[in-house]
Amino acid sequence: MTDDSLLAQAREWVGRAANQPATARDPVNVPMIRRWCEAMGETNAIYFDESAAQAAGHPGIVAPPAMLEVWTMAPYRPGGRTAEEGMAVLNLFDEAGYTGVVATNTRQEYDRYLVPGDVITSTPIVDDVSDEKRTALGIGHFVTLRYEFTDASDERVGRMTFRVLKFKPNLAQPKAEATEEGGENKFPHPRPAITHDNAFYWEGLSNRKLLFQSTDGRLRHPPGPMDPVSGSLEFDVVESSGRGTIHSFVVMHQPRLPGFEYPLPVVLVELEEGVRLVANVLDADPKEVEIGRKVEVDFVEVEPGYILPAFRLS
Amino acid sequence: MSNQIVTISDIAVGQSLPELVVPITASAIVASAIATNDFENVHHDKAAAQATGVPDIFMNILTTNGFVQRFVSDWCGAAARIDSVDIKLGAPNFVGDTMKLTGEVTEVQGDKVEVRVSGRNAIGEHVGATVKLNFGGAA
Repeated sequence: MTDDSLLAQAREWVGRAANQPATARDPVNVPMIRRWCEAMGETNAIYFDESAAQAAGHPGIVAPPAMLEVWTMAPYRPGGRTAEEGMAVLNLFDEAGYTGVVATNTRQEYDRYLVPGDVITSTPIVDDVSDEKRTALGIGHFVTLRYEFTDASDERVGRMTFRVLKFKPNLAQPKAEATEEGGENKFPHPRPAITHDNAFYWEGLSNRKLLFQSTDGRLRHPPGPMDPVSGSLEFDVVESSGRGTIHSFVVMHQPRLPGFEYPLPVVLVELEEGVRLVANVLDADPKEVEIGRKVEVDFVEVEPGYILPAFRLS
Repeated sequence: MSNQIVTISDIAVGQSLPELVVPITASAIVASAIATNDFENVHHDKAAAQATGVPDIFMNILTTNGFVQRFVSDWCGAAARIDSVDIKLGAPNFVGDTMKLTGEVTEVQGDKVEVRVSGRNAIGEHVGATVKLNFGGAA
């Protein structure tokens, strides 16, 4: 599904019930109020002392207003929520890869304080679905839900606006840590930034495969989001034979960056498939490195779990 | 315990609320998640939380809401009714952190008082909240 049709589908929900109304399994009750007050460190006596509540103008013990949503929460079940408890509008985003969810805002308004015996029903309505936003957690959409809370006689007791961000989690980044070896600091090898565009490439390398993007048979490297000819964001992944020729090279002497051995040949290899790739050369005298020489790819585990392509002279 | 810690005549714009420091322990996160009937596993199961890319379990929003109410309630006691709580969440409250709540009166109109609350942890602002109180409802 494209992002446009996802957004259109999600926005069809605006103004509609996000799922069935949920009626509290238990009426408002003192044991749950007491447990909530203990967890929050709430010591206001109107929540557990009848006479203190009456002295403050209440009919008797009242529930903390912030418990409004607590009464209608879904029960614990091993394995998580049932399909009925999930919201179809949010599931749309899960199916499209926006698997992350985080609550960002909540606004509660209270019409009256709840008293023991009240049976609360909550009805969620989809209020808004935002355009795509770039956030620190990843790209995503804000979904705003509007809840109405009613009592057994269908009188409204409170309202809530609840906003969640459904996002595509940023990919896990490899961690490089300096290690001490023989009393000397060994500096970590530089690490790539893993993005949604290049994750396939680095996954391929970790399986000792050299992979390239291909659109309509056109291969490209380094990885990028768009085919430069058609503008397409879709691509296939093809595996390289790993055979090629040196198109150009340099031999690095200075500056000497930690994590490499010098003199350091750096080659630009043109692979049989027509794609060029920059890499190091293994087990070669820098004097043997020449334009036009045949090379073959190998894979080097420069640090545990971190594999880079390199070439050997054929 | 006092039922009425402040009265409307004591309150003026700019007044600060007494600070509240909340240690964020695993026990506190789990106890409050369960007390708010929130069984999402990221609030009680460290391995499940880590599988979503975060370092540990973290406080749920219903508990943040509860602590904001309790913080204001510690100050205004039974003298005021809470009309509304508006919360914006930021940096998560992970195990091992501490949240410091501060607050200030931002508006007084007759019996209606608005308090602005901020809860900060080691990462940044966990919660920014606006709480509206009504001192006219009590007997």
